[in-house]
Amino acid sequence: MMIFKLAWRNIWRNRRRTLITAASILFAVLFASFMEALQKGAWNNMISNVVNFYFGYVQIHEDGYWEEQSLEKSFQLKDSMLLLPEQFPAIKAVIPRIESFALASTGEQTMGTLVVGIDPDAENQMTGLQERLTTGNYIEAQDQSVLIAEGVAENLKLGIGDTLLLISQGYHGVNAAGKYPVAGIVSFASPELNKQLVYLPLAEAQWFYGAEGMITSLALKLDNQGDIAPLMAALPAHIDTSRYEVMDWKQMMPDLLEAKALDSAGNVVVYFILYMIIGFGILGTILMMTKERMYEFGILTAIGMKRALLSISVWLEILLLAMLGSLAGILVSMPIVWYFKVNPIRFGGDYASTLEKFGFEPIFPAEFDVTIFLMQAMIVLILTAILALYPIWKIYRLKAVEAMRD
Amino acid sequence: MSVITTKGVTKTYNPEKIPVHALNGVDLEIKEGEFTAIVGPSGSGKTTLLNIIGGLDRPSNGSVQINQTDIATLSDNQLIDFRKENIGFVFQAYNLIPVLTAKENVEFVMLLQGKSKAERDSRVNALMKAVGLETKINKRPSELSGGQQQRVAVARALAPKPRFILADEPTANLDSHSTANLLDLMLELNQKENVTFIFSTHDQRVIDRARRVITLVDGKIETDEVRA
Repeated sequence: MMIFKLAWRNIWRNRRRTLITAASILFAVLFASFMEALQKGAWNNMISNVVNFYFGYVQIHEDGYWEEQSLEKSFQLKDSMLLLPEQFPAIKAVIPRIESFALASTGEQTMGTLVVGIDPDAENQMTGLQERLTTGNYIEAQDQSVLIAEGVAENLKLGIGDTLLLISQGYHGVNAAGKYPVAGIVSFASPELNKQLVYLPLAEAQWFYGAEGMITSLALKLDNQGDIAPLMAALPAHIDTSRYEVMDWKQMMPDLLEAKALDSAGNVVVYFILYMIIGFGILGTILMMTKERMYEFGILTAIGMKRALLSISVWLEILLLAMLGSLAGILVSMPIVWYFKVNPIRFGGDYASTLEKFGFEPIFPAEFDVTIFLMQAMIVLILTAILALYPIWKIYRLKAVEAMRD
Repeated sequence: MSVITTKGVTKTYNPEKIPVHALNGVDLEIKEGEFTAIVGPSGSGKTTLLNIIGGLDRPSNGSVQINQTDIATLSDNQLIDFRKENIGFVFQAYNLIPVLTAKENVEFVMLLQGKSKAERDSRVNALMKAVGLETKINKRPSELSGGQQQRVAVARALAPKPRFILADEPTANLDSHSTANLLDLMLELNQKENVTFIFSTHDQRVIDRARRVITLVDGKIETDEVRA
């Protein structure tokens, strides 16, 4: 207790220096937490856009489909698959799809599109597709009309009621062609999805592709990401894995994870530079404090304080200083990060266009995750704990007589 | 009974370059309850001798026995423990811990000794009363005068019940009044509690009241006068 008291009071011996050092730590934690929160938030937002609004966290395909992405790897939808939610409470719904690429054309304009056959109700349940409708009507299961993404509508200059011509190669190489009126236009947060999606009712799409009763994927709707791993472990017992592949979103989109990892690695360099600067600031304080206190350290060892105990006291003093700065950093960071979570930064102009070109939504909502703040505080504490070894080294080399003479 | 015995103690600084012989064979015996002043001109080796007797420095040659323990054979950590249990220090510049109150300063070494709170409180209160600062126990050093700080330093040195107290020029920074008060206090403690005091000093006021005066010149004992 005396050691703690000694450490705490020593911090305030030079109040101004303590406040300056704590403030530098505060700003380091604030800056690093804010950067990390923005980066995490932007990525999570993108992943959420892509996963929640299209892919789903888990999909079942014919074995090899994901690699080839071909209609030849479609499979007959079995009733047992539709009953999976009854066997696994984590699965809230199953969403059958048949998808392939087709040329979409109107007048003189032609473009490649991803034509997806959906069960409109099931799809809406998972992806909230109906809410993405900006104009027109949502499609029904028995309709013979299409929903098109905003980007497709812009490129082909289509409006509600206009006719879209689709041409493709169907199952087993049959010709696939159809003319469909545009029932509605939907908008996606992900620019990648926005510029290529065309939805048909499942039955109509199966007819279009010449694949009666077949689907290319069965997406599983989960409400909780934490259910993915147990489900992935349990599903093989219920699905013939020699015939079907069960993939989670990370397996389906390794590029996204790699890009995220690459982005995080880039930030590590920034953090390194930031903490180097802060580290030198803290080291400066420690050097000054050590120099000023050598006489006192000499006295303390002279009157009987062991070097180990003195070292603990000084180490604790420096750590308390770092904790003070870190705690203040966390307390200041939290409301700021919360504000930017509720009011995300929205980019416009050229920067937004550049982000969109790379498939990023130009919105940066901050991620409010306590571990972000704790991690930054932990980095400061570890850094300080290492730097605080310097006075310990000096204490162990100290000769009381020389220290008191100096 | 001898508390301290030194035999042939020498101390040479910088032995490999330009050697400085601070002590040249000091043989000394200090008995329990003595009130001894070590005097001599600057550079005569007073502080060096005190540092060696106090286990803060090691002799180049010779032995220092304190209560039958040859302190030259102790390791660094053992020496720290030895000092904590056996020796009280009073320094010229008081050297109290600035962030602790007078009471906390006095009980600090007792805490290091692992004494109970009750024992500490009782000892600290008695000592603060003895040094006449019972009303200042919660003051920090910066709130005390030089004389008061030196009294707290004396109380701190006495708190762990050491075998003897080494005081290096304890009155050098004090005015006449404070010096007289401090000497009265130390003599009283010496007589009442039979505490052995050893001073290094230039101060004639201290020398006048010492019962034994050892004069060092060029690192050797020139005179050793015991007064009645």
